[in-house]
Amino acid sequence: MSIPAQSSGAPDAEPDGPEGRLRRFATIWSRAIFPSTATSLSRPEFEEHLLPLARQLSDILHTRVFDATPAHGVGASLVAAHCTDPDALSSTLGVVDSYLVLYCGGNGPVELSTEDSRARCARIQHALAGGFTQALRERTLAEQEAIARSALTARSDAEQALHATEARFRAVFKDAAIGIGIADLEGNILEINDTLTRMFGGLENHVRSHKVNEWVHPEDSPHVWRYYDELVRGEREHYSVEKPYYRNDGTVLWTNLTVSLLRDSEGRPEYQLALMEDTTERRLLNLRLRYEATHDALTGLPNRTLFFERLEKALAPREGMRFGLCYLDLDGFKAINDSLGHAAGDRLLVEVADRLQSCATAPGEMVARLGGDEFVALTTGPRTQDEVHELAGRILSALATPMRLDGRELTVRGSIGVVEGPSGERTAAEVLRSADITMYRAKAAGGNRFALADAEADARAITRHGLTTALPAALDRGEFFIEYQPLVHLGDGSVHGAEALVRWCHPQHGVLGPDRFIPLAEHTGLIVPLGRWVLEESVRQANFWQERHTDGGPLRINVNLSPTQLHHPNLVAETVDVLERSGLEAGALCLEVTESALIGADDDLLKPLRQLAEMGVDIALDDFGTGYSNLANLRRLPVSILKLDRSFTQGMQHHPADPVDLKIVEGIVSLAHSLDLAVTVEGVETGAQAEQLRQLGCDTAQGWYYARPGAPDRIHSLLLADAV
Amino acid sequence: MERPAWAPQGIDISVPSVSRMYDFYLGGSHNFEVDREAARKAMEFMPGLPKVMQANRAFMRRAVQYATTSGVNQFLDIGSGIPTFGNVHEVAQAADPEARIAYVDHDSVAVAHSQAVLEGNDRAVIAAADLRKPQDILENPQINGLLDLDRPVALLLVAVLHFIEDTDDPYAAVAELRDALAPGSLLLLTHASYEGIPLSEEEAGGTVGVYRTIRNPLIMRSRTEIGRFFDGYEMVDPGLVAMPEWRPESPEQLAQEDPFAYSGFAGVGRKA
Repeated sequence: MSIPAQSSGAPDAEPDGPEGRLRRFATIWSRAIFPSTATSLSRPEFEEHLLPLARQLSDILHTRVFDATPAHGVGASLVAAHCTDPDALSSTLGVVDSYLVLYCGGNGPVELSTEDSRARCARIQHALAGGFTQALRERTLAEQEAIARSALTARSDAEQALHATEARFRAVFKDAAIGIGIADLEGNILEINDTLTRMFGGLENHVRSHKVNEWVHPEDSPHVWRYYDELVRGEREHYSVEKPYYRNDGTVLWTNLTVSLLRDSEGRPEYQLALMEDTTERRLLNLRLRYEATHDALTGLPNRTLFFERLEKALAPREGMRFGLCYLDLDGFKAINDSLGHAAGDRLLVEVADRLQSCATAPGEMVARLGGDEFVALTTGPRTQDEVHELAGRILSALATPMRLDGRELTVRGSIGVVEGPSGERTAAEVLRSADITMYRAKAAGGNRFALADAEADARAITRHGLTTALPAALDRGEFFIEYQPLVHLGDGSVHGAEALVRWCHPQHGVLGPDRFIPLAEHTGLIVPLGRWVLEESVRQANFWQERHTDGGPLRINVNLSPTQLHHPNLVAETVDVLERSGLEAGALCLEVTESALIGADDDLLKPLRQLAEMGVDIALDDFGTGYSNLANLRRLPVSILKLDRSFTQGMQHHPADPVDLKIVEGIVSLAHSLDLAVTVEGVETGAQAEQLRQLGCDTAQGWYYARPGAPDRIHSLLLADAV
Repeated sequence: MERPAWAPQGIDISVPSVSRMYDFYLGGSHNFEVDREAARKAMEFMPGLPKVMQANRAFMRRAVQYATTSGVNQFLDIGSGIPTFGNVHEVAQAADPEARIAYVDHDSVAVAHSQAVLEGNDRAVIAAADLRKPQDILENPQINGLLDLDRPVALLLVAVLHFIEDTDDPYAAVAELRDALAPGSLLLLTHASYEGIPLSEEEAGGTVGVYRTIRNPLIMRSRTEIGRFFDGYEMVDPGLVAMPEWRPESPEQLAQEDPFAYSGFAGVGRKA
């Protein structure tokens, strides 16, 4: 090692003075050991750090009474300055041996001999080495202990944390709301939580004494045990099923079961973990909800939903199987409800339900309440043709016994529509509709009876229903048209006017007469717009004739008014409006009102007719003689024409005429004329009739003898023929 | 000590730890035979490893001093390892007794040891957390109790980022920390690299292999890649350089550095 050429000593130190020499020594020392240190100090800093140590060594060298012990401390200081590498010691010893005496030998107050210096230097090295070694040993031991303790602390912290984790898992396991069980792959149960024990009835031993694969239940889904085998073989990670178990008291526990395979750290199957949720209550609730959804709350009978399910089942095609259905509607139940109150009505329905139930106790029979006071009884089997009659009979006689309600006795009667037939032919809706229609027939026939379904009656009802629903669109689509039947003067045989008769050209049923649809239109209210249309159309037509046929005298137009139209508040205004817009004079219009529509009519109802009559519109009393004609009433009515019903003229079709008919007609004509009423006869089919009626004094006639109702141009040609 | 909330990592001292190996390189005895064995094996490939560590310590010391002189006296040292001489709190508190230091490490033994060392120092704490989960660090109550993140902080990532693999996205972690720091904060960083090592890449690669064997892979990154950690920071002079070249105390010192001290890069950045 060479002597350094330059000093890094303090500027105030004389380079060759004692201080400078000491610094020189520290520099050499620093350079020698810096490479073997691990200090983060820079070289100058490190050298500064060594300087006091160098001074200490110099002082020891020069003490009057030599004692090397303090060099111990210098060795220890090196260790403290992180010179822990053994090389640092050997380098230090080399530097002390070579340079301490050289640079510091002459620095002290005592002049030392060379021999003495060498000896002291050797002793200093021994002490320094001893101090270094001891300090390094202590430091090493201390650090080893410190790191061991830290490792221990870290491990115990980790264990505590693990323990806390385990405690948490244990708490989850113990307090979970779902049942948890762990078993080995042979099915031996290793651990179960309290919830699972409780679910199984509370006896832990009951659960543990069975292997997992022994928990078989007859209602197990077919694949559950296949899943189980796959799982324990390691071919399946988990499965979820709905599974029943027996509790220790023999009752059934229903669960949502999820089983998972647990593998060890090498991935080999080790345990099976079962999580189960008790669904017993929920199942019961579902069953109850199903019951409530399919039963009537008041009577406890099956409701419409359940009835339809059964009916559909009964109607499903099955060889030799038939069904019989009784559709019961109580007669006059509304009156009972209205007079005794709903509570009493309800009690009555319950009593009826009980009695019905007692009528249908055989297998394949059921009773249901469809709603209100409508009940059904269904019987199925191969012999329902007879059975259903018996069933209907039993029902009627069950109802026949009076019922006690609030201390009074009530007799409840019902009407039953009976439908019977083979399975596989009709839908439930068709059968029920037929039963409903038939029930109404029984009711219309007076009630307290049953009627048997009949295809023709059904068809009529169904057509009526179809026509009713098709009416509004028919008017919009212009499916109605008007035919005109001439009214002829009996005196001279001239055409005096025509009656407008509405027809419906139905797309499926062809041309329909007013008897097929006017009652339906009355019922639905469509008669009002339909009647207005007929009036507008006929008046327009009449006006057209007037203009074309000026020389044949005034040509009249007769239009029918239905009872509903008669009540309509706008009747007068609309009639005026139609006349004004067409330009037809009021006197050319005759409105025909049926006698029955005016029975018991008060002044309010007659007022619009009077107004029309005052305007000059003729009012004809149609179908005269069919009702209970109140002759006295005739005076009050604003009518000017009587139309005799065809029934009076039928007896005159052949010669000689029925003398009674002759007398009656003669009387009526005489009466009419005395009241200033003209008489028109309908249904004139023969010349004999026409002649007879003329002789009796009738004024006008219509009928096939003259012309059938027809298109407006045919009237025109008749007029032309007249005129010729 | 803040314990992880759920299933802690087991403590297995039969597995070498990079913290304790680092201590061994620095001449400490806070290590076990497994650590020394691994360290010696690494040194077979790169005998100058202790010098690399020493250069790291020296850089850290100079950089911490730089931080205190530029007025930053809060320090967040992530990957602090086993405390040894010249710890950040010693250097910083020597310059400014008010300096506050939060150490973070994910090695439970290093954390336990740091705790023992820091006992009685109310301006220094150690938190168990992982650089890969910056949110855990930023939300740690001990750290938040000590550091005021509204004021500049010197973030030390010394010899730690090269233990984070790209799959764990170290860049995102560093960016997340940066975003949480106040303007004027400093990033003090060193990182291993094949660049600067006075050995061929094949030879140095042996060391990398040792770390891979102990399941603490050492990720060597290029200077450019290391520079990207400073995104969002302005480099402080002299920029990203070899460790001894970062503000050496004297030209003479530089001249006398061990060649291994030039392995890898060091730099300081300031957040704008």
